[in-house]
Amino acid sequence: MNAPAIATENLTRRFGRLTALDGVTFRVGRGELFGVIGPDGAGKTTLMRLLATLSRPDAGRASVLEFDTVRQQAEVRRRVGYMPGRFALYPDLTVAENLAFFAALYRTDVAANYDLIAPIYGPLERFASRPAGKLSGGMKQKLALSCALIHRPDVLLLDEPTTGVDPVSRREFWTILARLRSQGMTVVASTPYMDEASRCDRIALCDAGRFLRVDSPDAVRRSYGRPLFGLSAAADRHALLLAARRDAAVRSCYAFGNEHHLAFRDRPDPDGLRDRLEAGGFRDVCLRPIEPGVEDCFMQLTERHD
Amino acid sequence: MTEPIIETRELTKRFGSFTAVDRITLSVMPGEIFGFLGANGAGKTTAMRMLCGLSRPTAGTGRVAGYDIGRQPEAVKRRIGYMSQRFSLYDDLTVGENVRLFGGIYGLGRHELARRGDELLQRLDLTDRRRVRVGALPLGLKQKLAFSVALLHRPPLVFLDEPTGGVDPVTRRTFWEMIDAAAADGTTVFVTTHYMDEAEYCHRVSIMVDGQIRALDTPDRLKRQYGAASMEEVFLGLAETAKRSSE
Repeated sequence: MNAPAIATENLTRRFGRLTALDGVTFRVGRGELFGVIGPDGAGKTTLMRLLATLSRPDAGRASVLEFDTVRQQAEVRRRVGYMPGRFALYPDLTVAENLAFFAALYRTDVAANYDLIAPIYGPLERFASRPAGKLSGGMKQKLALSCALIHRPDVLLLDEPTTGVDPVSRREFWTILARLRSQGMTVVASTPYMDEASRCDRIALCDAGRFLRVDSPDAVRRSYGRPLFGLSAAADRHALLLAARRDAAVRSCYAFGNEHHLAFRDRPDPDGLRDRLEAGGFRDVCLRPIEPGVEDCFMQLTERHD
Repeated sequence: MTEPIIETRELTKRFGSFTAVDRITLSVMPGEIFGFLGANGAGKTTAMRMLCGLSRPTAGTGRVAGYDIGRQPEAVKRRIGYMSQRFSLYDDLTVGENVRLFGGIYGLGRHELARRGDELLQRLDLTDRRRVRVGALPLGLKQKLAFSVALLHRPPLVFLDEPTGGVDPVTRRTFWEMIDAAAADGTTVFVTTHYMDEAEYCHRVSIMVDGQIRALDTPDRLKRQYGAASMEEVFLGLAETAKRSSE
């Protein structure tokens, strides 16, 4: 079997009393598009910085392309492209200067690698002489990605590239990542948006420094393990949510856009629940079986046990 | 008849030759949850800054909470609440200090502030933590505190700029329950978000494209009008018609 692109064992990082990353073990295969999915405080940035050799673990270890991130830092850096969550290019250098600068750092030049970045950098070319600090958010992001790619890394690490970005630009960005993956690159991207899981080969759901589950998005969804229903009714959505939660047969009920997602404690009895809700004054109550999404699974995994 | 709490007519903001907000006309009624959507660069932030009295319109008019946003911006600022993901509370101050600071800025008297501050902390179960630095609170709790602080002076209208960015799914939903409760109490909520499931929770939604409002209606009617199954589809369909490149 091929050696993994990334392997960690019990990877741990503390900041004072806070354990930002708490004993994380996982592997990413070569050529995989791997998503690290979780809210703020999950440890996503800490993990990315450890893999990019910008920070050292307090316990455990990580290797990238079989090079240890601590002992063989230089080997790792040559092979990794890293795009931090915050814009980290030189705002007073022009677009072209930033790109040339990053190429020079890696002892290469823009021309030799232009084919790789062309689809991303192309739309930026007409702003080549504009200071990077004066670009729009979307353009900054494309420039940052171009700079992270300019030395043809084998592994690309992206820390929250789509946070705060609208749904259209997010979709566009994931299409770019899928193309890089199809060219053989290993891509690890973190995101707080659960709906982006489906763009990945495999995902890690994480929370508070721990990995809750690592698997393909489909396998994660199948792991939900109980029938899930979509609940809706005419009129007050919020009152319906509260009423459903008060029902003794209901295990969990969460708002999900235009319907609520509901799971029963024991054997599902949608007809009984519909009758009870209608007796309670709700009209046109509809309960239909639905497939769980990654967000349902995340909430199930982080539920407080009571 | 009830007066709208926000009413704009052909509201416009130009920066040099660039028209960031292009003749937007809308009205929001008291107690409404109004979702203000648009792609990055569509002009949402500029429009919202004008509505909050932070930026002068180039043309057109707007009234917010009874005052003219061009001529009486200070009166507007006193009558509204504001919270964003990026700026809400001071991390280096304690819970109690933040409450006092913002209550004071919004002009609450000492006794009133003490009373409402205690109520607020009790409601959020934070009484024991009033001496804890806000930076040490879990993000979800911090967001709830920020929202409550934005409502401390009981404004009739609160602006929420991407209030749920980065928070976990459960907290995101609890946050919306607070929004629902505030609206049920009569507070108008004007909210931006990139989560399209949250757009479904709004009473009405507008979608900005290239500085203009291209759609404005209830989520149900918009979905019907565009033959879409979700607000996400409605949004993607409209946002893709953008001509303005995002620089």
